[in-house]
Amino acid sequence: MSYTGTAHKVGEHIDTDAIIPARFLVTTDTRKLGENCMAGLEEGWVKRVKPGDVMVAGRNFGCGSSREHAPIAILGAGMPVVIAHSFARIFYRNSFNMGLLLLEVGDEVDKIADGDTVEVDAAKGLITNRTTGATITCPPLPASMRELLDKGGLVPYVREKLA
Amino acid sequence: MAHTLAQKILQAHTDEAIMAAGQIVRCRVSLALANDITAPLAIKSFRAMGAKKVFDRDKVALVMDHFTPQKDIDSAQQVKLTREFAREMGVTHYYEGGDCGVEHALLPELGLVGPGDVVVGADSHTCTYGGLGAFATGLGSTDVAGAMALGETWFKVPPTIRATFTGTLPRWVGAKDLILRLIGEIGVDGALYRALEFDGAAIEALSVEGRMTIANMAIEAGGKVGLFAADEKTLAYTAARGRKDAPLSADPGATYERELTFDVSGMDPVVACPHLPENVKPVGEVRGVTLDQVVIGSCTNGRISDMREAAEVLKGRKVAKGVRCIVLPATPGVWKEALKEGLIETFMESGCIVGPATCGPCLGGHMGILADGERAIATTNRNFRGRMGSLESEVYLASPAVAAASAVAGVIAHPGSL
Repeated sequence: MSYTGTAHKVGEHIDTDAIIPARFLVTTDTRKLGENCMAGLEEGWVKRVKPGDVMVAGRNFGCGSSREHAPIAILGAGMPVVIAHSFARIFYRNSFNMGLLLLEVGDEVDKIADGDTVEVDAAKGLITNRTTGATITCPPLPASMRELLDKGGLVPYVREKLA
Repeated sequence: MAHTLAQKILQAHTDEAIMAAGQIVRCRVSLALANDITAPLAIKSFRAMGAKKVFDRDKVALVMDHFTPQKDIDSAQQVKLTREFAREMGVTHYYEGGDCGVEHALLPELGLVGPGDVVVGADSHTCTYGGLGAFATGLGSTDVAGAMALGETWFKVPPTIRATFTGTLPRWVGAKDLILRLIGEIGVDGALYRALEFDGAAIEALSVEGRMTIANMAIEAGGKVGLFAADEKTLAYTAARGRKDAPLSADPGATYERELTFDVSGMDPVVACPHLPENVKPVGEVRGVTLDQVVIGSCTNGRISDMREAAEVLKGRKVAKGVRCIVLPATPGVWKEALKEGLIETFMESGCIVGPATCGPCLGGHMGILADGERAIATTNRNFRGRMGSLESEVYLASPAVAAASAVAGVIAHPGSL
């Protein structure tokens, strides 16, 4: 699991109403949700995103509601990974269930600025800022999360269990 | 090992021995819940999992409360899809229309949740049932789909923060003020990944409904659950709803990661200012802030005791000109009781708009959306930017008494100042 893309940096306590406002929750379609990703932060925010880009955030990213539409909207916008100081817990579970990779790096997140080119090697637990040369080592993923990602998310996990 | 409330409940639902916080355990669930926003996604995942039936048709609840009565074609499609799924699976507890209310007010009222239960819901305010002593937490739709199929899910055993409230509540200070004060103290991520456990003389004195108000907002501090011991009041509440529950309390000598104590004597009512629930100030400090809308209702404060509190302030008074005061009793049961007690008449005489049992404006869904530059005070639980409408609007959070007093004054006001 390795990704390289432009970092789009957002602030602290970015809530799920900012990631995908409730008025867009009348669908479960990935593309449609992606078109309105971060519309609660700024209308048209998503226009800056190219497929493969990386979201970078401060503390408590994804706080608020349990809407799984939030990680889906980020994936739908073309971002496969979010790097943050920390994540809200429901969002954390949802993201792995949906196949969105999250990396929790604490204060080290300050080593990435908006617009930097970032390379993520999830297997090695290494983030490299290609713009500045700075590196961040991430703590290993919890075993339960690795198991989920290995199986391809919660849907295949349960399918295997029911079979 | 001496267990906290959270550990004790999880232990009763797993075959693995709970030894420490941080351990991951698989637990049997007592109830799995989803609403009209989250059920369609859960159903999509449920089908993709290859599941053919729900684990127990009496232990799945589907409550169509957010965008209902159906506000547009898209939301009507979502409800239709869920209704058809409920029929196909023979789900006992499907609620829509006249028997439907805001889920976290409705399920306790129906006796579907109680002490010692493990409840998972595809809604972050599922933690409300902690007020009855249930380990109840919000999960995403796919997690809930897994629970609907298997009847179990995994949890990381949380460390617990104990919040003790001592003293006697002053007039006009209630449950909402206590939870806002706690969130103001520890912040919106102060209990991230953790359980909150509430006790103390001021908590024992609270009604079960007040405890649910507090538990409801545990998530606003990042908490996984907000738990209360089940005492005589709890057991009387659930017995009146046809349940037979046993008392429940934490083990003496249980380990707490952090212990906080608050003396409520001499406390003033508080409000949470835009745009985070942690921006908490005594009402006196924001007195005079002008308002366009007041919302009284929601899973936080839409129960009968909240309606009584608001009506007590509104009785014989008028909502200020230019302010729309929207009252949404949270369930048909609350609505009927409010009607019987004359509270609806009080609201109408005061110039309020009384609406159906719906989440509606709390999440900017419908029935009271804010325009650019508009400002509301609400008894709801979130004041994130744009939560109730325009990105340029503002929401203040407060108790029913403060919201009602502010509706009368037309500006944020202390109920004692009218």
